[in-house]
Amino acid sequence: MPEPHDSTRRQFLSLAGGVAVLGAVPIVTLRPAEATPATLATAIRNVVGEAAVQTGKVRLEVPPLVENGNTVPMTVSVANPMTANDYVKSIHVFNEKNPQPNVGNFYLGPRAGRAQVSTRIRLADSQKIVAIARLSDDSFWSVSVDVVVTLAACTEEVI
Amino acid sequence: MKLAGIIAFALVLIAGAVLATEIPRSERRSGYSFMAPDTKAMQDDDTANPGMLWVLDGEALWKRKAGSADKACADCHNDARASMKGIAAHYPAFDKALGRPVDLEQRINLCRVKHQQAAPLAYESRDLLALSAFVAQQSRGVAIENSDPQLEPFVAKGRALFMRRQGQLNLGCSNCHDDNWERRLAGSAVTQAHPTGYPLYRLEWQSLGSLQRRLGACMSGVRAQAYDFGAPELVELELYLMSRAKGMPMEAPAIRP
Amino acid sequence: MAAALINVPAKAKRGDIIEIKTLMSHIMETGYRHLASGEVVPRDIITSFSCRFDGAEIFRADLYPAIAANPFITFFTTATESGKFEFAWIGDNGFSETASASITVE
Repeated sequence: MPEPHDSTRRQFLSLAGGVAVLGAVPIVTLRPAEATPATLATAIRNVVGEAAVQTGKVRLEVPPLVENGNTVPMTVSVANPMTANDYVKSIHVFNEKNPQPNVGNFYLGPRAGRAQVSTRIRLADSQKIVAIARLSDDSFWSVSVDVVVTLAACTEEVI
Repeated sequence: MKLAGIIAFALVLIAGAVLATEIPRSERRSGYSFMAPDTKAMQDDDTANPGMLWVLDGEALWKRKAGSADKACADCHNDARASMKGIAAHYPAFDKALGRPVDLEQRINLCRVKHQQAAPLAYESRDLLALSAFVAQQSRGVAIENSDPQLEPFVAKGRALFMRRQGQLNLGCSNCHDDNWERRLAGSAVTQAHPTGYPLYRLEWQSLGSLQRRLGACMSGVRAQAYDFGAPELVELELYLMSRAKGMPMEAPAIRP
Repeated sequence: MAAALINVPAKAKRGDIIEIKTLMSHIMETGYRHLASGEVVPRDIITSFSCRFDGAEIFRADLYPAIAANPFITFFTTATESGKFEFAWIGDNGFSETASASITVE
């Protein structure tokens, strides 16, 4: 069911700005260098330093089987009272197999009221996503989820 | 491996059902119903639907003067909310001067050339997509209807195109979208191919796009040479698809995977 | 041309936790796509998004190529008093857009 690692993605250039597709230069996306577990670990270390990361408190909502890897809805939240003395400073999201390990960093504060952020992300392949939250006491909490990504059929692919 | 999967699927279709049967009216479902809850939620929320960015652009373009006639769409058509309501649900429509049906984008360009004395907008350009998205959105919820008798010969042509096997995979639209719409292909639902949501934001494109663009992708999908934008075949095909979807409500700008 | 779509409640009660939704038109070109010739299509993304309320920053995000095109970002804040939200998007190639929305807090 999940696409194999040797699959390639090729796409016609399709700008969000809407350049006429007819006559556009074909884009061939060869398998780019992917983030490895080591790059992921380094990216995480850049955020947490030598501090211990505990699991818990953080929740990542991503569809387990995504409709399309180009646009995947994601909601990350942290169970936290968000008061002046106990709040979430930031949430950092990472991935395992995209060309780059970072997805986004979100900076909150006690005024947020609720530690919850939603966005849409791109996933190149079936992989693990990790979210790490930094609390006001500088403790780190994490969660990870596995997501299955398949390729779309009937696209403007160039062979 | 994906190509092997498609070929295997195609062989099943060739070996299996030869006669393509139309979907009974009671079983017709919009592509919306096949989507995951998150994607449906994206379409349902106008503040989260990226297609609305094009609708807003279209609203601005509607009021902008253009061409040597220095006229805006609004100068003749006033408030689109009233004048364009239900219009997209009746397209493609017969154009007397041309003696054949035209789709919404072609109608917009005909107006530009004839009444605004402005150059036609390029197919799939941001401005043309924005205007057609804005106009189509005014028909949201309106039932699709095009029973103009002048269109009948063209609906028949469109139907023939829909049934015709083509491309290296030798598949007709009907083989997937009439006979196998309940199945999945490469992780996506096949669906019944009703054009209720166009122009729509396709997650694969990460952009709004027209039905003609999507049909081109379908044809590439069976390894056939796609028609050029604006080809009469594409309009006839759209006309047939709309007549096949008769009575279903419009949902532009939709979201699809 | 409409670049941003913002959703902020027009009214709220003091202390309410409200959700703010933002949508910005942008291709978010990853920098990992290639032309058939082998050349890379250069990166062109929004790198930072921030929201201020009456001048004070209440939310900020660093965005990477893994954020999908037409970035959709939602977050929460506590309604404290009537005022103005200001949103800013900054990105590659000098990209800079702003938007604002007001709220009445009873």
